[in-house]
Amino acid sequence: MRAARIGVDIGGTFTDFVLEHGSAQICLKLLTTPEAPERAVIAGVARLLAETGTAAADVAMVVHGTTLATNAVIERRGAKVGFVTTEGFRDTLEMAYEHRYDQYDLLVDKPRPLVPRRLRVTVRERIAADGRVLTPLDHAGLADVAAVLREEAVEAVAVGFLHAYANPAHERAAGAFLRVALPGVPITLSSDISPEIREYERFTTAVANAYVQPLMATYLARLDDALRKLGIAGPLLLMQSNGGLCDVATTRAAPVRLMESGPAGGAIFAAAFAAELGLDCAMLLDIGGTTAKLCFLDDFRPGAARSLEVARLDRFKPGSGLPLRLPVIELCEIGAGGGSLAAVDRLGRITVGPRSAGSVPGPACYALGGTSPTVTDANLALGRLDAARFADGAFALQPGAAAVALQRDVGAPLGIDATEAAIGVIEVVNENMARAAREHAIDAGRSLAGRTMIAIGGAAALHAADLVARLGMVAAIVPSAASVGSAVGFLRAPIAFEKTWSHHQLLSRFDAVRAGDTLLRLIADATASLAVAGEAGAPVQRVTAQMRYRGQGGEFTVPLGPDHLDAVSLRAAFEAVYQALFRRVLEGDVELLGFTVRLEHPSPPGVATSISAAPRPAAPWRFVDQRSGMAVEAMRLDRAALPAGDVVAGPAIIVDAGTTIVVPAGFTAAALPGGHIRLEAAP
Amino acid sequence: MTTQLGPLRRQIIWSRLIAVVEEQARTLMRTAFSPTVREAGDLSAGVFDLRGRMVAQAVTGTPGHVNSLAAAARHFLAARPPETLAPGDHLITNDPWMASGHLHDITVFSPVFRDGQPVAFFGCTCHQVDIGGLGMGPDARSVFEEGLYLPILPIMRAGVLNADVIAIIRGNVRVPDAVIGDIMAYITANEASGRRLVALLDEFGLADIEALADDIITTSERGMRAAIAALPDGIWRNRMRLDGYEREVELAVALTIAGDAVTIDFAGSAPPSRYGINLVMNYTEAYASYGVRAAIAPEIPNNAGSLAPITVKAPPGSILNVARPAPVCARHIIGQFLPELVLGCLAEVMPELIPAEGAACNWGIQLRGNAEGRAFEILFFNAGGSGARPSRDGLSATAFPSGIRSIPVEICETVAPIVIHRKELRPGSGGDGRQRGGLGQTVEVSTIDGSAFQLFAVFDRVANPARGRAGGEDGAAGHLATLKGGKLRPKGLQDIAAGDGVRLDLPGGGGFGPPAARDGAARAEDAAQGYDITP
Repeated sequence: MRAARIGVDIGGTFTDFVLEHGSAQICLKLLTTPEAPERAVIAGVARLLAETGTAAADVAMVVHGTTLATNAVIERRGAKVGFVTTEGFRDTLEMAYEHRYDQYDLLVDKPRPLVPRRLRVTVRERIAADGRVLTPLDHAGLADVAAVLREEAVEAVAVGFLHAYANPAHERAAGAFLRVALPGVPITLSSDISPEIREYERFTTAVANAYVQPLMATYLARLDDALRKLGIAGPLLLMQSNGGLCDVATTRAAPVRLMESGPAGGAIFAAAFAAELGLDCAMLLDIGGTTAKLCFLDDFRPGAARSLEVARLDRFKPGSGLPLRLPVIELCEIGAGGGSLAAVDRLGRITVGPRSAGSVPGPACYALGGTSPTVTDANLALGRLDAARFADGAFALQPGAAAVALQRDVGAPLGIDATEAAIGVIEVVNENMARAAREHAIDAGRSLAGRTMIAIGGAAALHAADLVARLGMVAAIVPSAASVGSAVGFLRAPIAFEKTWSHHQLLSRFDAVRAGDTLLRLIADATASLAVAGEAGAPVQRVTAQMRYRGQGGEFTVPLGPDHLDAVSLRAAFEAVYQALFRRVLEGDVELLGFTVRLEHPSPPGVATSISAAPRPAAPWRFVDQRSGMAVEAMRLDRAALPAGDVVAGPAIIVDAGTTIVVPAGFTAAALPGGHIRLEAAP
Repeated sequence: MTTQLGPLRRQIIWSRLIAVVEEQARTLMRTAFSPTVREAGDLSAGVFDLRGRMVAQAVTGTPGHVNSLAAAARHFLAARPPETLAPGDHLITNDPWMASGHLHDITVFSPVFRDGQPVAFFGCTCHQVDIGGLGMGPDARSVFEEGLYLPILPIMRAGVLNADVIAIIRGNVRVPDAVIGDIMAYITANEASGRRLVALLDEFGLADIEALADDIITTSERGMRAAIAALPDGIWRNRMRLDGYEREVELAVALTIAGDAVTIDFAGSAPPSRYGINLVMNYTEAYASYGVRAAIAPEIPNNAGSLAPITVKAPPGSILNVARPAPVCARHIIGQFLPELVLGCLAEVMPELIPAEGAACNWGIQLRGNAEGRAFEILFFNAGGSGARPSRDGLSATAFPSGIRSIPVEICETVAPIVIHRKELRPGSGGDGRQRGGLGQTVEVSTIDGSAFQLFAVFDRVANPARGRAGGEDGAAGHLATLKGGKLRPKGLQDIAAGDGVRLDLPGGGGFGPPAARDGAARAEDAAQGYDITP
């Protein structure tokens, strides 16, 4: 019986590993080997097997997530791609939305398309919005195009024709022709990868797929091969941007679905954690050095979205990157983290982020070259960090340097002292995060009330209690350090496949048979993709429809039950969603725009984790209370010294190797089984 | 300590207030019906105090509404003072002189009540694809021919729609479902943000927003004045010649920086046109002040305070300040050039920032017809090239000053029985220079079955191309003709015969710096990618 599972997450600096076998879990961190990432992967897997005495034959699966595809786009290291499109639309990829993402910046630029103009070629053909053929595909022209692409020695080809979501016949014919004409060159069709209306997004998604395809195909082949050589027979599964797993064959055809799969791992971890603790209404807050990420989790599932923006020119400005139309986990990322820089703008307002001091030069208190004040400096100045135990005591923080920086850049311009400046910085960064949470709640159509926060990442526990109070949430739970990480999240991910297909109908003239046929085809398609992954048993099926009032712009996601496929039930289901969002329903016809089908096999259960470290006794401690602005007498506790069931009343800080938990006055911290800490307002 | 937290607290409430108006704009886009709003973002949204001062405004694609919405608030308050309003009331108007300059822009203004007392107003404005009358073009000789006029009226009273007004609108416009649907979207957006504002006041224990408004407006005004004071005093002048309708239009401007204030005076500009390319003062102010704000203090939020140090003057009776009943429908064809006219004054003051001229006015294509049994009315946006910047090439097919997005071809062809045969860059149209101007684009369109249709032409820079700066060459002028080569006028309603269509070549942006100074690699790249004309 193959019982061991391995999770591997390749990040920019480190490759993280976790092996779970029965109730045992062991983690490992190695430096990433950028020139051949599989080297670190194989070295780590081999070491984990050796250290745990696990036979390679016992490995049931290796689950893998990687930023390789994302980085290839950001760094423009992908393939030389040829783009074949409808005559008259050579520049759709470059013209984009024809607007500037920053209304007031006269020097703003636009993202460069992944295919330069020279490699964008056109063919005579035309399909109408309703799928009718207006101009047949010009095969002679296609032969000319193939010759150009052969001459240019393109490494991959994307085909994107207008209205191919409504009728993919021309794209399919062109694809078949090009496969013969350009042997060995992978071909992506826009109607396969993203069969949805709006040509710029669909073409960009198809091109991004082609762009990363050769790189990912060879990488995955090498990795798969090396795992086999180690004697591992279990499948290699890849983490997708929607939080589901897919096998290598499926991924090779659609590697664009690997984009941003790292953050998806964090969301999957949070979902598994929520399930373990029975938190059916939760929100993930992951605060690192540069960003904070938010994700809503209802019924132990992360929210889903259908688009993603990658490779932004300005990381925190929507519209400055390339839009991809894909099933993704609905995450919101903002520029607020421990390293976020604090300053005062010309209106005398404190600003925090989105720029970050990063790890180099780092916050002023690291004394590694950074001299500008950051959120970490403010936390230190307020006594919310233990200078001696930061990052497991890797280096001591310098409170003096923090105070100097805060005083100079924030205090002096406003005429306040360093402590007051620090309070201001924390107040602003917490408000920025709270604002992001509120806006994300509106966009996602969720409510914050009644939610429990799951706080992960190095800096989240410092801000969690304040945010719970600010957002009216129930409590925050800080999971035990040992159980955190994308690699662990990968092992909790379901094997899943998801696909959306445009299907336009008015409910007033609803053809249930046509809709049923589309849905059945979509389910069959998803089932086939999932079957390749080789999981036994029947998958769980979730169907949603995209709907709106006829002529409206927004699209609303409506969950569908098995008996919803008639006009009356569809309208009722749509109006329930609309009423919940806007507290009114309208007259007029309703249109159906498409279906999304998600099939998944349930995720494997997690293993109980425990941490072991020498406990230290509680000690007196002083920190500045955020609400009153006064220094208060507090307790400093060691997390490992808290037995499950213990409840600590604030003010206190609870310290462990990775993070510090701030328990303000009026809050309690309860130690839960498994080493997790629950923060909530004292009764 | 509390005194120190005071400003911080106000800062946080301010940031929340901006979030509330951004939410208003987002809700509007999500629930709107016309493609101009939902896909292109042609809208504005803001919150006002009881005195009608604009306290915060969402950043959207429409600088033309920057303070025309603010001006509208004062008129709503004068016509319907807060004490005459009740919870669930919503007011409407499309008065060009009170709001944003033509009947196609409908504004809805909604009071917010807390504990039975009015505390603030939310307002939003969007462009409607049709408002009756002749249609979206400059052909009318007076505003009476340009469509349905709605003086300030209640569109909803205590939560109940005013069925009489709805019936009048429905009976006067060509696309009633879209217009009425959008009006519901305005109401939905104002309501949602009103609820959000009340929750905000509750959370912070505030009775109203007056003190907060004072603080925001004072702080913003101080910041704006400081930014202006950092520039040298002086008077700079600029002129621009545009195609106009019946004759060319000469615009003149003098920009005065005196201490911490800016005055923009359009004295010397042309008299009004007999056709609807005239501007109301609100609209002139909006685009002129946008140009100054983008150059001098882009990061200061829009509100009554940041706009206060900028005075805009235009002689009454000039094309930039007409009185009722002058026709004003296509006022953007002049208005969208005002930022470049103003920026031209600052070229000497801020030489590292100010670009060459570009296509400026978006070539919105409005078509009307009936094909395959479907009557249609559609407007879709197309951007020409923008001007080269002192440090970078101009942006190709990118709107400036307007920030509205293009509507996807696939969406246009879904909502109307038309076929867009071509929409791609126009090689060679960018003005040469050390930095090249952005390329224009070429658009070809007809009905799907070849039926005859009508074009509402509102295009400029056909006779007067975008000028280069600092030795850069001019961008290519625009051009239009039927697909069969028939002549078309750049302005006015024209019939396109069955079996024919329209081809538009949009203007390119001007170049910056002498062409001889252009980097060889950049020139080689232009040739390799086909951005210049290949013989």
